[in-house]
Amino acid sequence: MGREDGVGGHVLRKEDDRFLRGRGSYVSDMVLPGQSEVAFLRSPVAHGYLRSIRKPAGSDGTIFTYEDLTGLNSIVSECAVPGFKMSELPPLARGKVRFVGEALAMTVAPTRAAAEDLAEQVEIDIDELPAIVDARASRATPAVRVHEDWDDNLFVTLNYENGFEAQARGAKVVVKRTVSLARQTMSPLEGKAVVAYWDDRADQLIVYTSTQVPHMIRIGLAEALGLDEGRLRVVSPDVGGGFGYKCVLQPEELCVAWLALTYRRPFRYIEDRREHLVVGAVARQHHYELTAYADETGRLLALDAEIMVDGGAYSSWPFTAGLEPGQAVGNLPGPYDFRGYRCKSMCAATNKPGFLPYRGVARTGVCLALELMIDAIAREVGREPWEVRHDNLVAQAQMPYDNVARKHYDSGDYQKCLRMARDKIDLDTWRARQRRGEPDGRRIGIGFASFCEQTAHGASVLASWGLPVIPGYDEASVRITPDGGAEVRVGVHSHGQGMETTLAQVANEILGIGLDKIRVIHGDTGATPFSTGTYASRSIVMAGGAVINACRLLVPRVEAIGAHLMQCATATVRYEDGRIVGPQSSTTLKEVAYAWHRRPDRLPPDCDLGGLEATVSYKPKVDTGVFSYASHAAVVAVDLELGHIEILDYVIAEDCGTMVNPMVVEGQTLGGVAQGIGTALYEESPYDENGQPLASTLADYLLPGAGEVPSVRIEHLQTPSPYSEFGIKGVGEGGAIAPPAVLFNAVNDALHDLGVEMSETPLTPHRLLAALERARSRTARTEPA
Amino acid sequence: MKPAPFDYMRPRDTSEAIAALAQGGGEAKLIAGGQSLGPMLNLRLARPKLLIDISGLEALRTMDEESEAWRLGAAVTHARIEDRRHDFRGCPLLPTVARDIAFRSVRNRGTVGGSMAHADPAADWPLALAALGATLLLQGPGGDRQIPADDFMAAAFTTALRDDEMIAAVRVPKFSPSARFGYFKFCRKVGEFPEASGAAVFDPETRIARVFVGALSGAPASLPGLARDVAERGSPAVTAEAVLAAVTAAAPTLSIIEQRMHAETVRRALRQILPT
Repeated sequence: MGREDGVGGHVLRKEDDRFLRGRGSYVSDMVLPGQSEVAFLRSPVAHGYLRSIRKPAGSDGTIFTYEDLTGLNSIVSECAVPGFKMSELPPLARGKVRFVGEALAMTVAPTRAAAEDLAEQVEIDIDELPAIVDARASRATPAVRVHEDWDDNLFVTLNYENGFEAQARGAKVVVKRTVSLARQTMSPLEGKAVVAYWDDRADQLIVYTSTQVPHMIRIGLAEALGLDEGRLRVVSPDVGGGFGYKCVLQPEELCVAWLALTYRRPFRYIEDRREHLVVGAVARQHHYELTAYADETGRLLALDAEIMVDGGAYSSWPFTAGLEPGQAVGNLPGPYDFRGYRCKSMCAATNKPGFLPYRGVARTGVCLALELMIDAIAREVGREPWEVRHDNLVAQAQMPYDNVARKHYDSGDYQKCLRMARDKIDLDTWRARQRRGEPDGRRIGIGFASFCEQTAHGASVLASWGLPVIPGYDEASVRITPDGGAEVRVGVHSHGQGMETTLAQVANEILGIGLDKIRVIHGDTGATPFSTGTYASRSIVMAGGAVINACRLLVPRVEAIGAHLMQCATATVRYEDGRIVGPQSSTTLKEVAYAWHRRPDRLPPDCDLGGLEATVSYKPKVDTGVFSYASHAAVVAVDLELGHIEILDYVIAEDCGTMVNPMVVEGQTLGGVAQGIGTALYEESPYDENGQPLASTLADYLLPGAGEVPSVRIEHLQTPSPYSEFGIKGVGEGGAIAPPAVLFNAVNDALHDLGVEMSETPLTPHRLLAALERARSRTARTEPA
Repeated sequence: MKPAPFDYMRPRDTSEAIAALAQGGGEAKLIAGGQSLGPMLNLRLARPKLLIDISGLEALRTMDEESEAWRLGAAVTHARIEDRRHDFRGCPLLPTVARDIAFRSVRNRGTVGGSMAHADPAADWPLALAALGATLLLQGPGGDRQIPADDFMAAAFTTALRDDEMIAAVRVPKFSPSARFGYFKFCRKVGEFPEASGAAVFDPETRIARVFVGALSGAPASLPGLARDVAERGSPAVTAEAVLAAVTAAAPTLSIIEQRMHAETVRRALRQILPT
């Protein structure tokens, strides 16, 4: 790892040249000859029987409803978890609509505007049913059911218990809290986008789609269309943000692929922002009822939790409605050392779009819930929250550590990381300023949050969730080109993670080829080996590991050819920095590549027929995940009159094992923090009692912008994982996990002596002022007259 | 999210624009910067048969200093005011307000007249021009008329403008050199419409005192009693209780939390004009 451009190199991202010049190539940049545009007529009601859809006369071939989609199957996501109830998502509504925005009909025209004009001509008749808008109400009123063949409204109920009674008994301190997160969108810059056409020469249906998981989409589309996978090629070009929104099979992908297969010409659908805000309101909505049991110093003994995930109407493929409640149970205990845990976790069906895994998957919610508890315990026992947090963290000496939820934490120094965050934020100085008070009357609060994050978890974990597609080995292919450069092919997809650079860096680490001569090829099932794709902070560990091993496989082959070129024994040469060094002389990888491709007469007679290309499968030695972790700390100033929260400082101490590229790590972290700030303070997709979404434009759905995201100062620890190549851990999601927890803790630190403790996202001025008002009237009531 | 079909014209002058408006019989709509109408067209909330694009009409794009006032053409963009193409002597609040409207890209296209005609209750110009005692100059087939800015907006997105009338200009009176101006809005994020806003003007020479609260459910509301007290008593009149009482009287349907928030924005606007 001494190489400048190898593992650990501070290298500018190769892909940024085209992105920063506006020369990226996205699905919506594609214009194919004879291409038609597709629009969807979407349900205006949340729940009802679809009595009829009347198309105007003469609309054959331009307006489609479910009945027209001959041979197209629905999206059914099997989940092997006992008691899991399956849902069936038809590509266009059939019989019933279950959320506002569910596609009722599809229209086709030369322009999108004309396709929308057509959609307006369709008459629909829906018998409205009461909408189930609240997950907890959905549990209480099984008379109205989202799916009528179910006997209640729960996709799944998970129960977990480990040592709870014994640990909770006799606890000196018992703290109860309720925590809620709002439903929100993921709001990538680019929404869903798909273009499909039939290629007669390849005899294949070609689907360009904005996805994180092209190989998985090929499996899903093949199943839905009843087509052999060999007759499908899925290409994911540049993707303007995924965040989990694009790791599942979308009904729009099915519809557009079906059109192209049926009519053998190009069709395109581009999701617009309004559709995204309505149909894409699919994330984060959890509700927690928590009771923590601790000793008089705040040492956590046991935790009792009930978690309700508002799952929306349909289970996604392949991640299912079981993923989120499952992740919540497993991750709630966090980075802490305690031995009593009881958790009931449910996912309810409601009349909203189906829940999807968003960056951080459940962990943003569980981190908020647990970190609020840690602070509540600290206040209960009268200690500094960071100290109580520190005392409860798994200690370095305990690593590797199997926690109360049977997660296997591989490595790290969680306590040191928290101390780094404390020092970097300069807690003592802020405490002093907090005691002095602000001249403008605002209140200062300091918050901390710690978490650890399972990344790159493999088959043993995902099989237990019963998913229909389970990741195991990731494949990579490395080919030396005739000029002595390399082509690296991977089945994952890079859409912001910088992997065109970091995968080149890991290849450079082994082969010493300059980054400018290493081309990373991804996002095309026709050009890359198989991977389930990019999600779960897995790609640099999994695809990176595969690339490293493929490169290593090439080294002896290159050495053998090089030795022969120098007329010396293979055993006497070594590969070093793109050179083959022998006892008297040396030659280059370029010479070897030249010989292989153009002068086979110079090759050794017993040459390895694998040649200068290797495809390798890889998974870490232990596939239960390599755990990154971090502590965030923030200082806020709270305006008690207006409810405004200003972030005065924000620091992160993090450890994602060996960093392949510290700048990429920081970029991933900063992007995540921006999204986490959105969850904490701004983003919310509210619904009225009829299930109507109330935020369908960006005037109502606030995203943090440049003015709202502070400068974040980041410190790194590097504890290599014992299980992965070079000790690398995943880092794609972490930034988005802690911001709600740290900002709520900071606000509560500022306000707790006024009797205010916030626990519902987003922390809007109205919610804050309402809480202050309630506290004021409580005080007024209890004060003697 | 594409507009329903419409016809589009660029009139040569204001009289052609007014003739087209009259002919449209309520189904024609003027467009200048399109920063509010554009999204409404795309959402198909506005479905005019004809769009009359007046953004190129030179007569609507001038800013003129008169002896007692500044006359701003209706199609003058926020950015041109923000950039201080003139010194706005006697009216320093104009560029102050302009520079905090939404984002620069919006300010490059959005216009003063468009903002007034659109009449979003939380927009800046309806509040600022009401507080400044500006007058709108309207043109229609029946001739010209004038209307005070604080009478122009009837309710949210509803104005005194007739179907065949257009705003030609805004006349903003000049104040004395000792006049003070306060403007405060509370936005959840930079560039957003405010949750609450307040504006205050006090000219000790002319004894003009005007205080308005904005971002209500309808038009900005005048707080004349509070204005009078401020003029007469200065800072001591601006207690939290007094401002809250004035806001509550003007906007009784707001929740207590909203009333407090609005009162606080008015108080902060007043603090800008009063010696501390």
